[in-house]
Amino acid sequence: MDDKLKPSLAVYLIALADDELILAHRHSEWCGHAPILEEDIAFSNLCLDEIGHATIWYQLAADLLGEDRETYPDQLAFFRDAEDFLNIQMVELPIGDWAFSMLRQYLFDAYEVIHLERLVTSKHKPIAEVATKIRNEELYHLRHTRAWVHRLGLGTDESRTRMQRALDELWPYALQLFASPDNESLLVEAGLIPASTALQTAWITSVVSHLEESGLKIPPVRQSDLTSRNEHSEHLPDLLAEMQKVARLVPGGVW
Amino acid sequence: MTKTPALTIDQIWQALEAVKDPEIPVVSLVEMGIIRDVAFQQDAVVVTMTPTFSGCPALKVMADDITTCLKNLGADDIRIETVFDPPWTSEWIKPAAREKLKGIGLAPPPRHNGDFQIVLLDPVACPYCDSENTSMRNSFGPTPCRMIFYCNNCQQPFEQFKPL
Repeated sequence: MDDKLKPSLAVYLIALADDELILAHRHSEWCGHAPILEEDIAFSNLCLDEIGHATIWYQLAADLLGEDRETYPDQLAFFRDAEDFLNIQMVELPIGDWAFSMLRQYLFDAYEVIHLERLVTSKHKPIAEVATKIRNEELYHLRHTRAWVHRLGLGTDESRTRMQRALDELWPYALQLFASPDNESLLVEAGLIPASTALQTAWITSVVSHLEESGLKIPPVRQSDLTSRNEHSEHLPDLLAEMQKVARLVPGGVW
Repeated sequence: MTKTPALTIDQIWQALEAVKDPEIPVVSLVEMGIIRDVAFQQDAVVVTMTPTFSGCPALKVMADDITTCLKNLGADDIRIETVFDPPWTSEWIKPAAREKLKGIGLAPPPRHNGDFQIVLLDPVACPYCDSENTSMRNSFGPTPCRMIFYCNNCQQPFEQFKPL
């Protein structure tokens, strides 16, 4: 790989990891509060998996940047401020109701599986290897959240109303997943990452049919609704204040 | 640096049989296919391991347990390397370990020859009474690698090690 592409590829991986980490932190808020015990367990597992995946992507970024792969993930997770995070706004929004959290995870899982299926052929071998590994795990997530979207969308009037409300709110945010990353054309040409437009097309095809089969209507989106990964809502600083508190109180602390 | 006394690769593999999976302490990391390779590099013993599920919180404990085991054997310079390629698959769990999983009420993952998705809808036999009249209650469980089932025959909840 051309050395000049390394920083851009690292930023790409950090953005991907930031999505997983922030979404996982939001899910951890359901622990002990989910509507049924089974889902309490399921969401805690989803959270654990996503944190594991984020750690691995941060490590690959560390390798590209010549950073220490043992300490870099914690440094990124706990010692950056909100303006330096690259996650999309969808993952930082408060957990809302159960329909909102479930639908958000479904939209994200569908994206992850489509993304990973293409990263499997990345010319940066470590990315291809990790994508192959993680893709298999994500299939369990998608299977779970797909079924719940169906169940809630076709369930009672109450559950359908809540799902539609969640979709209306989440849809514009979800499209932010396909914002073009820095130096995208160079990274795509070098065979390192898939093109965001191709991802978007595949994702739309996959989720629209499932959402419609689940009795939900796709809301309209204006291009002006879309924001870049550098812009955050007021919710991210609050989330970070909680997530980073202990690490900042006792830097390097172990237990 | 003191030199590692004359250990053989075989001795190391044998010793590693004693390192149990921290979350399923009836089976060893070797039997589970988590330890992939043992080699010498200059004076160092290099153990290569691969996670079952990449977010598994027990990875650190596994690496520490391997290190302790090899230190007790007399090795001095020990390096643990984690790899993802080839990705871990439940097909690597040795037959003896499958029996041990069943023995503690953890249904072993169905065999699938490479694509685990094809067995996800297959009936799962209860590890207690062998009935296939069971139903899945949760595709997640107390650890990332387990699912929760219920046996309609002996009315016993049980867990299955996920096929991967």
